[in-house]
Amino acid sequence: MCRPMADIDVAIIGSGPAGISAALELRRLGVRKIVILEREREAGGVPRHCAHPPYGFWEFGRIMTGPAYARRLVRLAAQAGVEIRTLNTVLDLLPGGVLDVATPQGRVQLQPRRVMITTGARETPRSARLISGERPAGVINTGALQAYIHLHGMLPFRRPVIVGTELVSLSAVYDCRAHGVRPVAVIEQNSRATARWPLNLFPKLLGIPTLYHSEVVAIAGMPRVTSVLVRGAGADQKIACDGVLLTGKFLPEASLVRGSDLVLDPAAQGPAIDQFGRCSDPVYFAAGNVLRPVETAGWCFREGRRIARYVADDLAGRLAGPQGAAEIVCGDHVKFVVPQRLVPGGGAKHLEIRVRAAVQGRLRVLAGTNIIFEKNISALPERRILVPLRVLAEHGGDRFKVEIKS
Amino acid sequence: MSEHCIFGEKFDIAVIGGGVVGCAVARRFTLSGAKVVLVEKAADILAGASKGNSAILHTGFDAPPGSVELRCMQAGYSEFLEIRERFGLPVQRTGAIVAAWDDEQLEKLGGIVGKAHKNGVADVERISRADILAREGEISGAVLGGVLVPGEFIIDPWSTPLGFMQQALANGARILRETELLSGRFDGGDWRLTTSKGELHARTVINCAGLFGDVVDQRMTGAAQFEIRPRKGQFVVFDKAAAKLLNTIILPVPTERTKGIVLTPTIFGNLLVGPTAEEQTDRSKATVEREALEQLIAKACEILPALADVAVTATYAGLRPATERPEYRIRYDSEKNLIVAGGIRSTGLTGALGIARHVEELYETNNEPGPRLNDPVWPVMPKLAEREARDWTRPGYGRIVCHCELVTQREVEAALSGPLPARDLGGLKRRTRAGMGRCQGFYCNAELAEMTRGRFAEPMDVPSDG
Ligand SMILES: Cc1cc2nc3c(=O)[nH]c(=O)nc-3n(C[C@H](O)[C@H](O)[C@H](O)COP(=O)(O)OP(=O)(O)OC[C@H]3O[C@@H](n4cnc5c(N)ncnc54)[C@H](O)[C@@H]3O)c2cc1C
Ligand SMILES: Cc1cc2nc3c(=O)[nH]c(=O)nc-3n(C[C@H](O)[C@H](O)[C@H](O)COP(=O)(O)OP(=O)(O)OC[C@H]3O[C@@H](n4cnc5c(N)ncnc54)[C@H](O)[C@@H]3O)c2cc1C
Repeated sequence: MCRPMADIDVAIIGSGPAGISAALELRRLGVRKIVILEREREAGGVPRHCAHPPYGFWEFGRIMTGPAYARRLVRLAAQAGVEIRTLNTVLDLLPGGVLDVATPQGRVQLQPRRVMITTGARETPRSARLISGERPAGVINTGALQAYIHLHGMLPFRRPVIVGTELVSLSAVYDCRAHGVRPVAVIEQNSRATARWPLNLFPKLLGIPTLYHSEVVAIAGMPRVTSVLVRGAGADQKIACDGVLLTGKFLPEASLVRGSDLVLDPAAQGPAIDQFGRCSDPVYFAAGNVLRPVETAGWCFREGRRIARYVADDLAGRLAGPQGAAEIVCGDHVKFVVPQRLVPGGGAKHLEIRVRAAVQGRLRVLAGTNIIFEKNISALPERRILVPLRVLAEHGGDRFKVEIKS
Repeated sequence: MSEHCIFGEKFDIAVIGGGVVGCAVARRFTLSGAKVVLVEKAADILAGASKGNSAILHTGFDAPPGSVELRCMQAGYSEFLEIRERFGLPVQRTGAIVAAWDDEQLEKLGGIVGKAHKNGVADVERISRADILAREGEISGAVLGGVLVPGEFIIDPWSTPLGFMQQALANGARILRETELLSGRFDGGDWRLTTSKGELHARTVINCAGLFGDVVDQRMTGAAQFEIRPRKGQFVVFDKAAAKLLNTIILPVPTERTKGIVLTPTIFGNLLVGPTAEEQTDRSKATVEREALEQLIAKACEILPALADVAVTATYAGLRPATERPEYRIRYDSEKNLIVAGGIRSTGLTGALGIARHVEELYETNNEPGPRLNDPVWPVMPKLAEREARDWTRPGYGRIVCHCELVTQREVEAALSGPLPARDLGGLKRRTRAGMGRCQGFYCNAELAEMTRGRFAEPMDVPSDG
């Protein structure tokens, strides 16, 4: 293995919207040597295979497809003098920012001055959902479906059942229909769709029955799927199909963090950060969907850009130190909060919150026993709720709790 | 050589079934100079009972004293450790602790040590609660004491039998996959075997058909001498983040019926909990059931509370070829040149090499031992164990195809070529681990579909409608 190379100012792990926007911003702020490490053959992250709009609205003021958006990001990065090293897989995050990297030329270690982790998110597979039954081919996530269609020109099935009604589920319906795949049903465990109106009407408009309060409890068939068993309000129902598309239930792709000394937040399932996106080892920063499941590409883009500014400040010795952090913890109904730490001095404007299940009530932030913020909310899971961080910073304290009293 | 020639040739030995037992038997007879053919009905070998097990190399400390099973396990255990380096096959010397969680179990520990010593496993000893906690920092404080079995190890459950078969093939054996034995006729000297692909001619037949051992026995002799009663075992595999939580295999104090639920590291760097023991009649459907999986997870978290925060990577189930009796059903019908290695229920991965020896000894009671090969070829298996230098550490691998398990393009291509190429996704996974990691194919499934185009019995993709 080579000796750590020390001439890189910032190494960014992952070339999705968060990673590339961070690189662009760092360059704009005059940071010299930025290297993006990307394990795929092509840079661009998930949008590479989301072949539908709307991407790019926030960033470029126009609506574009995922691949066009990804290409645009990569082009801008190249123009800005950002080096993107594809087929570079980061294997380990070592203390002090040393990165262990697999490359086709051999294993190397890098020691950039700062590291940004922008490794994105993926969907929960069949196994972790503990679905019963046989284990045939054709049970996949949306990410894989998109890769079949848009990266390889293939189809994994023709008559799938689609599980979930998140945005990504609708994107899957769109992809299916655009390629001659005819979903036989959409299955949603809750009483209503997760995606907002009017997008939630999309399957219905296409004549695909949506079964609410329902769950795929077993998969049958070998070597291919032949049917699923769906449990709803009434009797169990067997639905013939040749595949099962498991959509959403996102998880940060944070295995690098899990394998390192960095603190992982078991609630958000990404690295625990302060309001500057700084991890427990202050050389590491993180942005994008690795922080939490899950946000849009536009959000990740802006988040990458914002956190890049803090990284630039830090390189210039202008960022508030990591000392004196207050912790922000989850109370009733709250699934996670990001950031999880607040240090004195500026940074992100908002605390991001998600709830576990649909809930109505009063959202409160407590410092000790004092209620320092409250408002009425009606919240659904997978939808972001924002609380101004200023309220917490102004009050001060070493521990804040966010809860919903229903 | 084409399959066509195989049907015209005469073999000394026809092995029916490419499970771990059939692979070990084919290897043994090949190395002893016999002309061997192995017949497997599935697209690939290791598609039956050998597809999903706990991957523990057992010492036999708790096997029935004096049994054939114990003898085969111990012979298999020693031979594996003797030959594994030549194959490049890994072993992780974890040791095992039989842990007691209540007073009743605590009382049984003395008996377990006694039985182990009787079985010749001399290093088995009592271990105190304090020693267990010192050795395994994350184990629940509810443990009361245990028995330490230093010789229980974990191995690669697929590369091991693949290695046996590869060696047989490299030294002249032949294999027919997607070929089912349908019936057999013994003409007093030789067997004429009818298969789904044509007629085979062999002097001696060895039935290693696992979950279909009785069916093949019936097809060969007209009446099966035992009855397979499949016993399902479900498993949950935890994320590699769990590996640092446990070093030793944690065994339960056995009951009359089963070895019970085991929590064990795997050679691939995961943690595994299982198996259940559920009788069923179906011989091929190994389904997982949410309720059972949830119970396994709960059990695992009881033993190792820190597992509560660890994600599930995979779930699977295997079927044990149990019979109406607990013991191995091995017999030699010398009048008919027929050997049956049936009912290899729950220790076949360990026992396979020993079973192969035992079968050969039976054979040699009535046949001249052949001239052993002087200088057999030893194929070297791919390095898949977590603690070894994997393929990606050597330049020239092309690209990494499966990110979670760091499987390279070079590894996938190798598994799709050579004398025993993977013929389905299961076979590819067993040979490379592609798609077996935490994302379960989110990132690589489509890429694998493209790389395996035209290589699999059933393609991964479907033709489009238009
Ligand atoms: C299937 C799917 C469909 C989606 N559809 C939409 C949509 O239609 N509209 C929308 O707005 N949002 C959508 N999203 C959400 C959002 O667009 C993406 O999650 C977004 O791309 C997030 O950006 P990111 O930069 O955080 O991560 P990603 O785009 O996921 O990029 C992460 C990059 O990191 C790389 N990487 C990971 N680990 C390593 C490592 N160890 N070494 C090197 N590189 C590594 C990955 O290869 C990847 O290129 C979707 C998400 C998914 C998963
Ligand atoms: C849950 C579980 C956990 C276990 N844990 C362990 C462990 O930790 N350690 C250990 O040592 N052992 C363990 N075992 C036991 C071990 O896996 C089995 O003993 C072993 O796999 C049996 O192998 P086999 O070759 O006899 O059968 P199989 O693997 O079933 O092989 C038989 C083969 O014959 C083929 N076949 C059947 N009929 C025909 C036909 N008519 N024509 C052609 N081919 C045919 C089948 O397709 C199959 O491939 C476990 C087993 C299970 C199920």
